[in-house]
Amino acid sequence: MDEKNREILRVLESDSRIGHKDLATMLNLSTHDIATRIAGMEKSGTIRKYTAVIDWKKAGDDGVTAVVEVKVSPESEFGYDRIADRVARFPEVKSLRLVTGSYDLQLIVCGRTMQEVSEFVSGQIASLESIRETVTHIVMKTYKEYGCELQRSEGVERLPYSF
Amino acid sequence: MAVSYREVKGSNVSPIVSERGRNHPQKSFVSERAEMIPPSGIRKFFDLLLTMNDVISLGVGEPDFNTPWNVSVAGIDSIERGATAYTSNKGLEELRDLVSSYLISRYGTSYDPQNEIIITGGVSEGLDLAVRTVVDPGDEVLVADPCYVSYSPCVMLAGGIPVPLPCPAEDEFRVTPDALMERITKKTKLVMLNFPNNPTGGVMKRGDLEAIADIIVDHDLLLLSDEIYSELTYEGRHVSPASLDSLWERTITLNGFSKAYSMTGWRVGYFCAPPEITSAALKIHQYVMLCAPTMSQFAAIEALKHAEDSKDRMVAEFRMRRNLFVAGLNRIGLPCHLPKGAFYAFPSIESTGLSDEEFAERLLIEKQVAVAPGSAFGPSGIGHIRCAYAVSREDLGEAVKRIGEFIESI
Repeated sequence: MDEKNREILRVLESDSRIGHKDLATMLNLSTHDIATRIAGMEKSGTIRKYTAVIDWKKAGDDGVTAVVEVKVSPESEFGYDRIADRVARFPEVKSLRLVTGSYDLQLIVCGRTMQEVSEFVSGQIASLESIRETVTHIVMKTYKEYGCELQRSEGVERLPYSF
Repeated sequence: MAVSYREVKGSNVSPIVSERGRNHPQKSFVSERAEMIPPSGIRKFFDLLLTMNDVISLGVGEPDFNTPWNVSVAGIDSIERGATAYTSNKGLEELRDLVSSYLISRYGTSYDPQNEIIITGGVSEGLDLAVRTVVDPGDEVLVADPCYVSYSPCVMLAGGIPVPLPCPAEDEFRVTPDALMERITKKTKLVMLNFPNNPTGGVMKRGDLEAIADIIVDHDLLLLSDEIYSELTYEGRHVSPASLDSLWERTITLNGFSKAYSMTGWRVGYFCAPPEITSAALKIHQYVMLCAPTMSQFAAIEALKHAEDSKDRMVAEFRMRRNLFVAGLNRIGLPCHLPKGAFYAFPSIESTGLSDEEFAERLLIEKQVAVAPGSAFGPSGIGHIRCAYAVSREDLGEAVKRIGEFIESI
């Protein structure tokens, strides 16, 4: 990956709505070049999705998010991959990672109520054959998401004029 | 240039023993030197702005990024440990060592941390310190024009005579040999440069410096180089005058942490010069400043050790904003050089028929965009405005739109 593509990705990661024309001016490339590069990175799966970071609490949503730690017995042929693939298919699972440490898979699970989350974890996840143990942590407050500090109000006051 | 008390204050404040009693001063206690410093050219804009809402300020002279958090933590740690006493006058040894290594590796300028570096309360103190160390009453000092607003007042406070050294747009805001030659007299002692430049964003490349080096040597002049924007250089690497062999012995180099690491409020910078000048400056620094703020020095150590990535990200962001903003200005009809350094664009507004002061005032009142009039930075700034692109891309886009609408409406 060349440096220009990296720069494009860094800008898109901070603002995915930016137009090709502005990107071209900022990075000193032609608009055509930008479009080609972005299309290429979309096609290769480097750019997966354009999305928004939302503070759902602000939107009045009182849904429940949980971090779920899962211990798994890896399968001899597939390791963790096949079970991870099954867990990932549930839309309730917002993210899924294999991690080092005292457990194996870490899930972020969302539901409307605590009961819904707990029923999902016990009914759909814990019951899977190779899953040995789950520990569910209900999220009390989100401070930072995708690089955004959700609890911090914007910016520090600067003098409007300084030399 | 002394101005008498009565002329300045008016008759309503003159001796009025009867009204305010005998304890009221019968004369002004303000020194002639303080009186002759002109008031800030921006005061009225400041007052105006405070009455308005929804202002986008391109009038700022500092980055809009926070100090990198690890750097702030180093400052907090020093307070928590109780490391809040004076440091040596020269500054913490570890910091001077780091500054020395940084300067040699980054710019090829060699300064001995033991006797050629003083940690200062920002470049602002460094400027005053340098000028007072070398300027005698009556000495003429060539001051890059336009330049940061404190240069001439510092020279005047030291009893020197500031002489503008024009760096106009047609010279790409650089000092040319001709401009320099034209202004050197028998009384000229010092040349004050600031590249990358505030307010123009101009830079001096190696060739540009070589072209004036011989003149400086031939006339036995001293160079004061304020390089606070050195890290904000967008094409190639900054060239420090002291890296030229012919200039090292006659150069004072000033730099600091404010712009590169978003540390404006920490007040920490450094003064570098040959030992004879440095030891003389240290005498002034120890009596006036004693030492730079201790917690800021610890933060600065962290900045030099572990803030390269933060700095690089900020510079990359400034470069992108510059490209976007300058393209926008040219599109709406304000001719603007692509600035090669700092975070200022300095477009000409002459085509509008307004003076730079009128332009800045009306733009603020009619479109709520704050910019600094170029004339505040010296005679060569007349007909320009300084726009800091140290605001978010969204605000820059909105500012270009509003400036465009303003120009249409004139």
